[in-house]
Amino acid sequence: MEQKEMIRIRNLNKSYGNLHVLKDIDMKVLDSDVVCLIGPSGSGKSTLLRCLNYLEKKDSGQILIEGTEVNPGTHDINKIREKVGMVFQHFYLFPHMTVLENVIEAPTHVKKVPKAQAIEEAKALLAKVGLSDKADVYPSKLSGGQKQRVAIARALAMKPDILLFDEPTSALDPELVGEVLATMKELALEGMTMVVVTHEMSFAREVGDWIVFMHNGRVVESGPPKEFFTNPKEERTKEFLQTTVF
Amino acid sequence: MIERSHYIAKFFTFFDTLFSSSDVFIRAMLLTLELTVVSILVGIVIGLLFALLKISNIKILTWISDTYVFLVRGTPLIVQIFILYFGISNLFLLPDFWAASLALAFHNGAYISEILRGTIQSIDKGQMEAGRSLGMSNSLTLRRIILPQAFRRALPPLGNQFIIGLKDSSLAAFISMNELFNVATTLGSNNFDEMTYLLIVAVYYLILVAFLTIIVNLFEKKLSISDR
Repeated sequence: MEQKEMIRIRNLNKSYGNLHVLKDIDMKVLDSDVVCLIGPSGSGKSTLLRCLNYLEKKDSGQILIEGTEVNPGTHDINKIREKVGMVFQHFYLFPHMTVLENVIEAPTHVKKVPKAQAIEEAKALLAKVGLSDKADVYPSKLSGGQKQRVAIARALAMKPDILLFDEPTSALDPELVGEVLATMKELALEGMTMVVVTHEMSFAREVGDWIVFMHNGRVVESGPPKEFFTNPKEERTKEFLQTTVF
Repeated sequence: MIERSHYIAKFFTFFDTLFSSSDVFIRAMLLTLELTVVSILVGIVIGLLFALLKISNIKILTWISDTYVFLVRGTPLIVQIFILYFGISNLFLLPDFWAASLALAFHNGAYISEILRGTIQSIDKGQMEAGRSLGMSNSLTLRRIILPQAFRRALPPLGNQFIIGLKDSSLAAFISMNELFNVATTLGSNNFDEMTYLLIVAVYYLILVAFLTIIVNLFEKKLSISDR
């Protein structure tokens, strides 16, 4: 069976003043795929990811979400964001709410899910990310890895079709990276469509279905991980892979 | 020796007067408290409104907020009270209490709006993005995520402003409100003993400020629960 196209980007351009950060980006994300965006700092991968959630406004080009072209003028962006969840590098948990309150906040206030049902679902999600015992504590009591897993549960609570990850492990102590990657891997195995900006090459190689390498605002090379990592075609890709630690 | 016994006598007179005048002063204290509470509550509403105008990113609204803050900060409170009292009372009948309360609220509102604007802007913009990325609207995120954190951060400077507002309410004496300061000066000149009554009124203000400080501290403690 052919996979559905969840995201399709055509000719996307974005500038900050004179700085042209995204240049004619073409990309697609298929249903249940894990697409890893890799590349050096400043290559535009985070900006691209943020465009997919409309946290950044594109200058030109098309973004199609599940087959429909979406523009802030014609679509309710809040509705799109219910379908496209986001996990941030710095977690951004709501510090004045307990873990459970963080997770039920959007379902109860945006989707108007009854509170009892939201709590039940939130508890199931917390169990899934291994944090059942932390439901009633405040984020300030959690480690970085735990915070990020709560952030993942919070995003999942909206039952998104697509999850975006913006360097989800870059702000973590090295020994905490594993637990977050494990959670993400579990999600991938369950068939969640994911777009991950990451510097974790071993994760990209093992979990990714498709690798997109960006440099200076352009997609330089993309392909399935096996081919991409063992037989890169572009000079710039080879250079990047040589200097990257696995 | 005469000097010393004079002061000792004075000392006892002070306590005598403190107790004998307590009826009048407690009534005046309640009025001061009413003026303060009303002007603070209305001031918070005004302050929040102008803080939101200021951060709205809409030029005309920002300008309105800036102008308000400039006018209030740029003129003495007593002038504002007189303008409101004599000016508004000419247009339509405004009870003295409300003229005084609204003048104080209008004044406090400017300072409160600056406090709130500062703390709202100090909240990491990632908090707004996190809310938005979950499908929450701008105003919902502001209400549920940003403002609760901003208010918490604003509490120490707000407490400070409340105390200033309490003491500023003494200026309502000049539009014949029988609040603490007015009662003290009136009794002082009637009894040819200003100093005793001024010392007494200072005691009442200290009690009120202590009370207000305790309340603000309780709020801070309650709201800091998420840090522990």
